[in-house]
Amino acid sequence: MNQIVYKKVLAANVKELAVVAPRIAQTHKAGQFVIVRINETGERIPLTIADADPEAGTITLIFQEVGKSTMLLGTLEVGDQIRDVVGPLGKPTHIEKFGTVICMGGGIGVAPMHPIARAMKDAGNRVLAIIGARTKDLLIMEDRMRRASDELFVATDDGSYGIHGFVTQVLQSIIDQGEKIALVVAIGPVPMMNASCKLTKQYNLPTVVSLNPIMVDGTGMCGACRVTVGGKTRFVCVDGPEFDGHQVDFTELVKRQMAYKVQEDRSRQMFLHKEGACQA
Amino acid sequence: MAKEKTPRQPMPEQPPEARRRNFEEVPYGYPPEIAQLEASRCILCKKPKCVEGCPVEIDIPAFLKMIRDGDFLGAARKIKEANALPAICGRVCPQEEQCEIRCVVGIKGDPVAIGRLERFAADFERVNNLVEVPPIPPWTGKKAAIVGSGPAGLTVAGELAKMGHRVTIFEALHQPGGVLMYGIPEFRLPKSIVEAEVDYVKNMGVEIVYNAVIGRYMTVDELLQNGYDSVFLGTGAGLPYFMNIPGENLNGVYSANEYLTRSNLMRAYKFPEFDTPIAVSRKVAVLGGGNVAMDAARTALRLGAEEVTIVYRRSRTEMPARIEEIHHAEQEGIQFQLLTNPTEILGDDQGWARGMKCIRMELGEPDSSGRRRPVPIPGSDFEMEVDTVVVAIGNGANPLVPQSTPGLQTNKWGNIIADEKTGATSRPGVFAGGDIVIGAATVILAMGAGKVAARAMHRFMMGIPEPVAEETAKPEEKKVDA
Repeated sequence: MNQIVYKKVLAANVKELAVVAPRIAQTHKAGQFVIVRINETGERIPLTIADADPEAGTITLIFQEVGKSTMLLGTLEVGDQIRDVVGPLGKPTHIEKFGTVICMGGGIGVAPMHPIARAMKDAGNRVLAIIGARTKDLLIMEDRMRRASDELFVATDDGSYGIHGFVTQVLQSIIDQGEKIALVVAIGPVPMMNASCKLTKQYNLPTVVSLNPIMVDGTGMCGACRVTVGGKTRFVCVDGPEFDGHQVDFTELVKRQMAYKVQEDRSRQMFLHKEGACQA
Repeated sequence: MAKEKTPRQPMPEQPPEARRRNFEEVPYGYPPEIAQLEASRCILCKKPKCVEGCPVEIDIPAFLKMIRDGDFLGAARKIKEANALPAICGRVCPQEEQCEIRCVVGIKGDPVAIGRLERFAADFERVNNLVEVPPIPPWTGKKAAIVGSGPAGLTVAGELAKMGHRVTIFEALHQPGGVLMYGIPEFRLPKSIVEAEVDYVKNMGVEIVYNAVIGRYMTVDELLQNGYDSVFLGTGAGLPYFMNIPGENLNGVYSANEYLTRSNLMRAYKFPEFDTPIAVSRKVAVLGGGNVAMDAARTALRLGAEEVTIVYRRSRTEMPARIEEIHHAEQEGIQFQLLTNPTEILGDDQGWARGMKCIRMELGEPDSSGRRRPVPIPGSDFEMEVDTVVVAIGNGANPLVPQSTPGLQTNKWGNIIADEKTGATSRPGVFAGGDIVIGAATVILAMGAGKVAARAMHRFMMGIPEPVAEETAKPEEKKVDA
């Protein structure tokens, strides 16, 4: 059992929880994730670790409510318990002094980017962070990303805040200014990562992406999270979650993420119906 | 004496028509009078061959005699002297190739049904709430860490606890039992029975820490630094093998591990009451011929599939599954496409499996496993309509522990190298057994390895020298080939 000790609504449908998990708080490294099972009937869902406080023994989970499990997680309050939190899982980000590192986070992808940007900065890199969202209300972690980077660029698709446009357009302008970029790390929805990789490929900029497929055990046992990277099948939970973005088959990843759409819709409808009935 | 011989007693079971659509256990077990009758078939050999065939050396004639005489509880206790998980073993051990194949009664007839009687005795004790924890000696002052709560880990834990050591099991998943919980389906091994036998081990003082993925959460070295005097690695099956044919990453294509984990551990068969979904299938192909393939096929049927086909590249004789399991699958209406090998899984434009290309095979010369090698017949290609494919051709080794444990030697498949007689690895104080050492095998072989390792760990922790000069660990060359 892992108790929730802090809760904050960051944006519409995006919530932040601090959860007691002392061992994970101490040992996790940038790029790693946890698997959460909310209750006895719950499914196992991977969530990124957005931050940790080793002294308090807590980890920070930031998630978007998209399906039943994340919606249910969003209804939990301070003092409530999460049944299972497993981690840290996945390989940590490869951190070294590269030079100038671009850290791009799109939407909820800003959350896993946060510890990576900070670790890159701590390693002596010049970190240029680009964060984006569809609209101002969906933008998260601006202040924390500002602290974790040397320079922060903010973009919204609708121009309601910051630069009007996609994060890729910001990257394009940084490239156009002749910035010497050693590495790009891009995390966000698959179309955003795909677009980022297409752009960086043109300039031969090494690009790391962090993938978020469906998982079950998260320890290499089931293979639900398999992706094609460089023509080979890899397991995101043990081989990843980070891969060379230029090698990833994003088209396949998108399709695999949709594998349970029918069931997920049904679960969500049932949950919303039940929640609605409770409030009535 | 012209006494009519008692035939081997059949075990009553759910009729195939009913059971193919439910997850309840298939066999009902012996009623007491039938158990006594069956046990009376044992001729109580002076030098019982059956015991030699048992990886955990249960005193089989002794417990059979107790059942015959109506001392069912005594029989259960006798078994438990050697085996902490008898209700599990009575259900899933391949007795026909271990104890029963050596049974003298079996030479001129059918062997005594040792497995069914083991199950009977264990069930009697459990159902009547007569399970008692064996006496635990005072603490030796030593602590052991066990990685994985599957059959190997539970066995080591129970054995070490009985010797007075403090034992902590680190389990990666949220429930104990390993393959007993995530792999073997409810209809073959009810989870309440696994829980009861795990409770028995816990009641001996064994602590289980869940959600602890050793290699990530904590390393083996950290365990040794944090007060554990020895470590047993029983991490079990690792990364599932795929066929390496086109289309394997289409939706609707599963490893057997995933398919069974969703259904068993996560209870996807109760979706949406339980949140984990699983494919709703019409036509399912299961690739492979082992017990796991049979489990996956029978699970698919129970999940509502119209047609389930086992696709296996060799013939029935070479199938590694237990005959009983193949028989059960057939009775339930599972189809068999033998001497058939898939060459490609075909998808629709949404990325879902819709068919499978296969080629017919014939048997050629024997290969390294001694079985005749299947060879494709040119021009025999054909297509099957499927919407779900479950790949059940075995597992590789999980890399998490070896990668995070410097100096721990593995073989070319990534399995941990451990001495057969002691379970000792290349790292002093670190022992290993079960699937992580021998590749995919059986529950009872893992338990046998656990027993061996427990004795060696006891000696290691207590500073007792090994009884004889042990051979040095040698790479394990055997590989189970589906």
